[in-house]
This record gives sequence, structure tokens and C-alpha cells, in this order.
Amino acid sequence: MLDSKIPSGPLDDKWTYYKGHCKLVNPANKRKLEVIIVGTGLAGASAAASLGELGYKVKAFCFQDSPRRAHSIAAQGGINAAKNYQNDGDSVFRLFYDTVKGGDYRAREANVHRLAEVSVNIIDQCVAQGVPFAREYGGLLNNRSFGGTQVKRTFYAAGQTGQQLLIGAYQALERQVALGNVQMYSRHEMLDIVMIEGKARGIICRNLVNGELERHFGHAVLLCTGGYGNVFYLSTNAMGSNVTAAWKAHKKGAFFGNPCFTQIHPTCIPVSGDHQSKLTLMSESLRNDGRIWVPKQKGDTRKPNDIPEEERDYYLERRYPAFGNLVPRDVASRAAKERCDAGYGVGTTKQAVYLDFKFNLINKYGKTEATKQGIQDPDTETLIRLGKEVVKEEYGNLFDMYEKITGENPYEVPMRIYPAVHYTMGGLWVDYELMTNVKGLYCLGEANFSDHGANRLGASALMQGLADGYFVIPYTIGNYLADEISVKPIPTSHEAFEQTEKAVADRINTLMNIKGKQTVESFHKRLGKIMWEKCGMARNANHLQEAIIEIQQLKKEFWTDVRVPGTINEMNPELDKAGRVADFIELGELMCKDALNRNESCGGHFREESQTADGEAERKDNEYAYVAAWEYKTDSNWELHKENLTFEVAKPTQRSYK
Amino acid sequence: MMDLTLKVWRQKNADDRGGFETYKVKDISSEMSFLEMFDVLNEELIREGKDPIAFDHDCREGICGACSMYINGRPHGPWHANTTCQLHMRAYKDGDTIVVEPWRANAFPVIKDLVVDRTAFDRIIQAGGYISVNTGNAVDANAMPVEKDKADAAFAAAACIGCGACVAACKNSSALLFVSAKVSHLALLPQGAPERKTRAMNMVAQMDKEGFGSCTNTGACEAVCPKEISIENIARLNREYIMAGATSDK
Ligand SMILES: Cc1cc2nc3c(=O)[nH]c(=O)nc-3n(C[C@H](O)[C@H](O)[C@H](O)COP(=O)(O)OP(=O)(O)OC[C@H]3O[C@@H](n4cnc5c(N)ncnc54)[C@H](O)[C@@H]3O)c2cc1C
Ligand code: SF4
Ligand code: FES
Repeated sequence: MLDSKIPSGPLDDKWTYYKGHCKLVNPANKRKLEVIIVGTGLAGASAAASLGELGYKVKAFCFQDSPRRAHSIAAQGGINAAKNYQNDGDSVFRLFYDTVKGGDYRAREANVHRLAEVSVNIIDQCVAQGVPFAREYGGLLNNRSFGGTQVKRTFYAAGQTGQQLLIGAYQALERQVALGNVQMYSRHEMLDIVMIEGKARGIICRNLVNGELERHFGHAVLLCTGGYGNVFYLSTNAMGSNVTAAWKAHKKGAFFGNPCFTQIHPTCIPVSGDHQSKLTLMSESLRNDGRIWVPKQKGDTRKPNDIPEEERDYYLERRYPAFGNLVPRDVASRAAKERCDAGYGVGTTKQAVYLDFKFNLINKYGKTEATKQGIQDPDTETLIRLGKEVVKEEYGNLFDMYEKITGENPYEVPMRIYPAVHYTMGGLWVDYELMTNVKGLYCLGEANFSDHGANRLGASALMQGLADGYFVIPYTIGNYLADEISVKPIPTSHEAFEQTEKAVADRINTLMNIKGKQTVESFHKRLGKIMWEKCGMARNANHLQEAIIEIQQLKKEFWTDVRVPGTINEMNPELDKAGRVADFIELGELMCKDALNRNESCGGHFREESQTADGEAERKDNEYAYVAAWEYKTDSNWELHKENLTFEVAKPTQRSYK
Repeated sequence: MMDLTLKVWRQKNADDRGGFETYKVKDISSEMSFLEMFDVLNEELIREGKDPIAFDHDCREGICGACSMYINGRPHGPWHANTTCQLHMRAYKDGDTIVVEPWRANAFPVIKDLVVDRTAFDRIIQAGGYISVNTGNAVDANAMPVEKDKADAAFAAAACIGCGACVAACKNSSALLFVSAKVSHLALLPQGAPERKTRAMNMVAQMDKEGFGSCTNTGACEAVCPKEISIENIARLNREYIMAGATSDK
């Protein structure tokens, strides 16, 4: 039933073969075809620009006031590409292999290989657009390392890579707006998909300025709506990031793939109190130069700088000598939790470990700079001063951010960090062409489930978003639209638009009329707490079963006691949030169900029942080497479909970073 | 923990005249962010059956440019090189009164409370804030080396988050710092060279059309810019503009 449409032939020929054989739409016909793109982050903006350039009539939507503010803007560390500019042994194959292995063998080989292939084009495209990546003195591009790899293949712009890439895509998008190829609708939120004769043919959205519902037709609909980490309430995602678009599509028939696969990022600023509204990431790139440690002595209350070298436990270097501080995220997060749970945590809450830059500040950067500047026998002060300058150039904005939030200066004292929800590998199930199982409905970027398996490697989300938007969808959408050229735009007076709009309006009215006592925020917090405690970094059957019951109860309470202030026909951020939280509650239940079903540990999904003697994740390939694709049936009722994963090239082994 | 008095601009919609309302907030921790303090107030307003205060925000990390509060007479509040969302309550003490208004500029009409319409910035970018290169047209990224100091300077200009604080701080509501940051970013790179002339002319023309005022070099913009965009960019824009005018074949 689930056809992933992977082209036949050897792995490294599949994409070339596909491109050579897919159907094309001629330029005159493209102008007759309308495409709706929901979301203008990296995936959506790059798709909108590219499809606009090709001549399709594009309508693009985002809920922020400008496409330049999508959550992608916040990405810090970098973007991977198999350029091998460093001559350190990188290749398309290695990027492919690292990604499949990093994802703990739960991703589709063919998709990942394509991703690695087009990664090189992304960098070319971005540089041509004027993205100011970091450069060496010779004027060529610089690279840094990220976790789970042993090469330097990450391109970056200080700690603001996402910003620079998004601005590039945004400018390309605005150029198409100016040329009349793309119509941009900002402050608009998609609230449902319109289905006509089994195909996605449009959307219903709400104008967030005046509250009015609007109908928009498209021959095809692309969802590029980002991840759903905010189901945990606290995450590194932007406040508005949500699952609503994907969830509405799910309820209209699109399968949800591996919903429980969540990435908990090891290096975030710890929670400081109940008021906390979000968590802030400290980029993984910092693990290039920062060393992670806790005191060897339990409950040590000394200041970090007073604890001598030999009394520090650099536990990642100790446990994983081959990768050290650059183990993949899931491994680093669990190791931090293990130390804190065992009583070695630091800071007031004891839920934190140190990320310390002093060693590299002095030994790596300080000494190199001293040599460069011809300073003989520099003292430690000088080395620190010189090192600081380099570190500032590499990560200045991150250090500033840390200081603003915590009031501590990370050049002087080690950062305190703890894992936090960061990214969702799960998402709408898509085939090789990025189409969901609903005809004409595509899903790109973080919103789909496709390329990262059970754990995404650092600097690979930006790569995937831009690969999907710039280089994959322009080909694959033609293969579908070529058969749609005779379909005239369907007037939005069609009964399917009428009915879908009515259902959306009814739901909004229901929400407004509950007039209960509890705020939307309070429900979101409670949901987050259940998810974090029972479907977070470590999961077990008992907890997951409890969580499902608690979430069902929470849902009842929400729909009888939530209070949404204001009115419908005005700007009403609480109403926007209420709809999103209602969807998060339903998603939370499915995530727990999926986590319960998958009785193995893989990547970010750690089932306590499935671990090796030394506490490492234990995968069960003969039982679970599949994508869990859930079909929505009725309230709290789903059917599981399985897409079996076969590995022809990257043969599964138990991951080892030792 | 501190108790504070807030005077906040409330305006139901674009047509409403609007005015200040006074609120008391209690037990605010110094570790909270400024927006978390607003969350506390809003939760309380909702519980009391009142309308919460609308404000723009998203990333809360100082990078998306959404947040935009004019705090005690200064865009983004008292800290240097900072956004509203990254301002923390450490900046205040028990008993303080804080006045919060939206950005004020003709080109940024108020939508509701503290939310303004900044789409004029998007239209300025549409007028030429890009390099015209279609997907798939690019040559190898290392085919064209760029001097490191030029690349760094381009990056520094490209760090603009489009927040509009520069406009809000300027007595003329000029958008020149924003425009010059984009012109500089692209003019400093070889990739941006072919469109240099038209870019500066068209972006400035659009800026005027949107109703932003003219620049009289007060430097107020630079002083409040959260990304420390330098007014040297304005000087560069002026040179680009003059050069474009002098050599235009149109
Ligand atoms: C702090 C942080 C740092 C990161 N750093 C890195 C990094 O260094 N390298 C890396 O590779 N990855 C990084 N990531 C991950 C990466 O940034 C994201 O996965 C990626 O940017 C997602 O892009 P996207 O286009 O899929 O979605 P987004 O950028 O989230 O865009 C979603 C879009 O959908 C719109 N939208 C959503 N719902 C609706 C709706 N219902 N109606 C209308 N519009 C809607 C939004 O307005 C927005 O335009 C980081 C993530 C975070 C949180
Ligand atoms: S120049 Fe500075 S103040 Fe103006 S929009 Fe850009 S970041 Fe904001
Ligand atoms: S909320 Fe994004 S910059 Fe302040």
C-alpha cells in the first residue's frame, strides 16, 4: 500500500536516472498551473523562489509578518555539504553514509543519497546569491566540524548560518514577488486542506490581522511548515512553531511518519525557573572547541574554575575516545542526563554540565595566534587574550546571547548546559518525490519525516530544507503536474471549499464559546510536562501508557474549560495559539503511541527496556527496521502502516563512537 | 523578586485612537526576560477576563527581528546591541515604572497594541535587495574567491534582522540604516556587482515611496541597532547612489 517510489538501479544512479526520465511541463503550461506553498522558511522560500522562476503561479503563506522571520532564521552552527574543499577524505558517499549511520539506520537510503548529492549544489547556489559564508585569508570558503563525523564539511556564517541562508532564500523569493510570479501572504495561517476527488486542491487559511477565513485554490499544495518540537512546551524552537498544518493534513488522510522521533539537543541553556517560555540553543559547533565535563566528586559545590584539572570528569572523552566531544547528539544528551541523574550535575538546579572553552582558547587558538604574530613564550594571559579574539569571531553572537540570558561571561567561566528538545525527525510520510500519500499534497523540510532516521546529524536540517526546495521539488512536482495541465483552476465557490471552510469556522466558534477558566498557556505547559517526563529522553512502556491516558484527560479538560479571550474578527494571538495547542494535544497522544509501539532504542528514541549492558541504545533490526506510518481513523484511533527499510549499501551495524 | 508599574500603549486596531493603560505586575524574577514578564501580565489579564496585550515575537533569541517594543523612550530598551526579547529583568529594580509603546512611524502603521505593519521593508527588498540568480545557474562556490575582510564586512551588514528599531529611533523615521545595510552587503561582494547601480537607486526610490523620512545624520539609528549595523553603511550607500546617478545610461 505504501509506495515509496524509489527509482530502480544502483544507489548512486537513482537520482540521475529519475531526473532523466521524469515528466516535464512545458513553459506555456507552467503558467497555467497554480501551486500553493504553505511556509516560507528555508524549505518553503527556496521552493517558492525556484518554482516561481520556472514559471508556475505560486501563492506562498506564512504566519509571521514577513517570510524573513521563519524559524529557520535561528539556525546557528552551519550547513553540511560534501565539497571536500578541505581535502580530508570527504565525498558524497561519506556524507550519505554518516547520515544513514547517524540516523541509526531508520532513514531511507535513496533519499539520503540524493541529499548528499545535491548538497554541493546548495553551497554554490547560496554563494551566488551572496550568502556571506566564513572565508579563509586566501578568500576561499572555510569549514568546521560537527558531531557524528570525522571530516570538516560544515559551511557557516559565525553562529548565524540559518539567518544568512534564509535571507538568501528570502531575497530570491522577494525577487519573484516583484516579478509577479509569487504572491506572498504573510500573517496568514493555514487551517485546513481542501480535497476534491481524492486530490489536494487548495487550502483554507485565516488572515491573522482581521480574523477572516480565506479560500485558495492550487493544482498542488506544498507544506513546508517546520517541526513540532513545541509539543514539549519548552524547546529551542521559535514560539510560533507548530504542527497545525501537518496535523490538518494528517486528519485529511496524510500518514504521519515516526512521530516519536524527537531530537534532544545536548547543549542548551538550562531552565532557570517556572517563568521559562523557551530554551536557547548553544550551537553544536561549540563542541569543536568546548570540552564537556562534570566534577569527579558528587555534589561538588566549588566554582568551576576552582576545580583542578585532575578532579574533572571529561565524560564524553572518557566514554567515547574516537569521537570525544563530537559524538552525535542523542549520545551526548543521554550521557549528560546519566551524569546528572547520578548526582554529578552542576549549578543551582544540578541539572547542568559544563561546556568549557579555556583549554582550546589557550592551546588551540591562543598558541596559533601567538605563533602567527611572532610572540615568543607568551604567558597564559596573552594566550587567553589572543584566543578570545578568534573565539569571538567564530561564535561571538552565541557567547553574547549566553551572557544576556545568564548574566555570566562564558569567556571567563564555563557555560552551564543541559539537553533540550530541538528538532523533530518525524513528520508527514512522503515518498521519494516528497509527495505524501495524498495525491498533490507535498511536504518539505523539517515537516516531513524523510532523511534523518531516528537522529539527525548537526548541520543537516538546513541542507535538507534547501535540497528539498531548490533541487528536488522543481523536478518531482513536474512529474505530477504534467498530468494536470488540462485541469482548469477550480473556483473556490466549489462545495468542497464551502464545506471545509465551514468546518474550520465551526471549530473556531467552538473554541471561542467554551469560555472556561484555564488559559491556553496553562494547558500547553501541562502537555509539555507530560511529554517531557514520559515521552522525553528516556521512555518506557508504563510511562507511555500513563501518558496516553493523561493526555486524553487533558484533551477533555481543554475542550470544556479553556478560556480564549477577545473575538474572532480581529488580531487575536490567543485564538491562534488555542488552535495550535489543541492540535499539539492530539499529536502528543500519537507520539506516545508510536513510542510505545517501537520497543527498541534507536537514535533519539531510547526505550529503557532496550539497552546494552553498558547503557547504550540497543536497536532491534529484525523487528523494527521500518518507518511507522500512522493513518488517522477517528478520535484517538490510528492504524499503523509499515514501510520496510532495506539497506543495500550502508549495512546496519550497532553504532559505535568509541 | 520585584514589583513594577507598566504603562502600555493599547490600541484595538488601526482605526482606534489608542492610549496608555497602567498595570501592576508582582513577583517578577530578575532571571525573566522582558517578554516573559509580559507573558505573566497577559496570563493575569486573561484570568481577569480582560484582553491581553498583543505584541510581535517569535524566536526570542534576538535573530528573527519580530519583537519591537519602544521601552522608556528607546527601541528595544536600555541594553546596548540588544533586542526586546533578549532584554532581561536584571535591567530593572523593584518599584520601577516602565513605559512601553509600539514603533512609531508613518510607514509602520499600528495594527494592534504593540504590533505594527513592517511590510514596507519587504517591498524595499523587492525593489532590488537581491542578486538575480536563478536556481541551478551557479558556478562552483570556490570559483570566485572573496577577500576575507570584504566577506566579513558583507556579513556584518547582512546581520541586519529587519526589526525597524532604526526607524523607530529616528526623529525623521528614516529607513536608511536598513536600506544601506542591504546595499552594502550586496555591493561588497563580487556576485553583487552587476546590479549595483540599479539596486541602490531602486531601493532608495521605494523607501521614499513608502513614506520613510530623510536622513539627517543624527546617528540615533546606529545607537539602538541590536546588530550594531554601522552608519558607515550609509556613507557607502551614498557613494553607490551618487555613482549610480553619475553613470546611469538611462
Ligand atoms: C536554535 C536552532 C538552531 C539550529 N541550528 C541548525 C544548524 O546549525 N544547522 C542545521 O542544519 N539545522 C539547524 N537547526 C534546525 C533547522 O533550523 C530547522 O530544522 C530548519 O530551519 C527548518 O526549516 P523549515 O523550512 O522546514 O521550517 P521553518 O523554518 O520552521 O519554517 C516554517 C514555515 O512555515 C510557516 N508555517 C507553519 N505553520 C503554518 C501554518 N499553519 N500556516 C501558514 N504558515 C505556517 C511558518 O510561518 C514558516 O514560514 C536549528 C534549529 C534551531 C531551533
Ligand atoms: S539596521 Fe539594525 S535597527 Fe535597523 S532593521 Fe536592521 S537590525 Fe534593526
Ligand atoms: S523575538 Fe525574534 S528577535 Fe526578538
